[in-house]
Amino acid sequence: MSTEESLWNIFINASLVNNFVLAYFLGICPFLGVSGKLETATKMGGAVMFVMLISSMCAYGIHHLLIAINAPFLELISFIVVIASTVQLVEMFIKKMSPALFRSLGIFLPLITTNCAILGLALFQTNKGYNFGESLIYALGAGAGFTLALVLIAGLRERLGLAEVPDVVKGTALTLFIAGILSLTFMGFAGLGGQ
Amino acid sequence: MSKPGNTIDHTRTVPPATDEFVKGLWRDNPVFVQVLGMCPVLAVSNTAINALAMGLATTFVMLMSNILVSLLRNFIPKQVRIASYILIIATFVTITDYAIQAISVELHKSLGAFIALIVVNCLILSRAEAFASKNNLGRSILDALGMGVGFTFALFCLGAVRELLGNGSLFGAAVFPAGFQPWIVMILPAGGFFTLALWLLIFNAAKAKTATP
Repeated sequence: MSTEESLWNIFINASLVNNFVLAYFLGICPFLGVSGKLETATKMGGAVMFVMLISSMCAYGIHHLLIAINAPFLELISFIVVIASTVQLVEMFIKKMSPALFRSLGIFLPLITTNCAILGLALFQTNKGYNFGESLIYALGAGAGFTLALVLIAGLRERLGLAEVPDVVKGTALTLFIAGILSLTFMGFAGLGGQ
Repeated sequence: MSKPGNTIDHTRTVPPATDEFVKGLWRDNPVFVQVLGMCPVLAVSNTAINALAMGLATTFVMLMSNILVSLLRNFIPKQVRIASYILIIATFVTITDYAIQAISVELHKSLGAFIALIVVNCLILSRAEAFASKNNLGRSILDALGMGVGFTFALFCLGAVRELLGNGSLFGAAVFPAGFQPWIVMILPAGGFFTLALWLLIFNAAKAKTATP
């Protein structure tokens, strides 16, 4: 199947049809945690996308290396080490370039390591047997989808800050309700990428 | 803060060991109160059996990593502790992954990549960092078991509701009469968000009621 998929289809599939957050439930923690403000959400999305691209490239190399030396059971451990080092790199970079952004992302920056969307991406692309180019596009699509979901929910939450909501619903429950409705909306994209 | 009615201050005194087990079940329930480890909670709770399997796998990994982290807590340098914890967790997840594959290929297929994704379950890392690295072996084991049971319970709550309404069955056996129209939305991703939101609502309401009698 994967050989017939065009690159465009892979991108659409990863970003809209099978959106990582709203259809696969990956990366829910930052989705609930950093989606309070639109600006932070956008930058968080950018950081995650960058880590995704790097770790997708590394995961492709690691997968083939481990097959060559016949040690597939090391895959998971190698993936997580690569992701952790990439996140460390991004963290140092952001700290140097923009201390303000560094502070506003706070604890959620190092927590990108435990963002399941990134490890999930590495695992999915290996399972689907994508080649190098396809993997890159897949990572790009997944990152774009993650950012899109994060920005959408942040916008909605900013608006809802003005609404009168009963005390019991406030907080996580309300965010989850919005996410559910958003997820329903995204189902409208089904079939767009030609499966 | 110091109301005369409050005689026991839990934060000051060292709680009895059994408390480490009990707190995970309700008061500090990982899903409903701490809102940790959301990804697997939402993703594999579409049927009750999947939810149970996922809960047990997570409990096993949490137990083993808590044991190891607690035993090694005086040997791991502070700077590299998080990396070490993740490596320990990844090792046990790999073991679990292969074990489930050996026991039931079907179950392995339905859980998919989410077994491997136990590595990045924030709940396990948070227990290693916040509890096992500071407490002795016995307490760490009790803590992992309590949190694990609490997590499994929460997953089961979601899985049961979603399977019941979305499929009209429980553990694969039909519950409702034949005329029942299943709510397809409940087994879809959106249903996961809605069900969890509803459970959180119930928990919040229950807490609000006990706080103001």
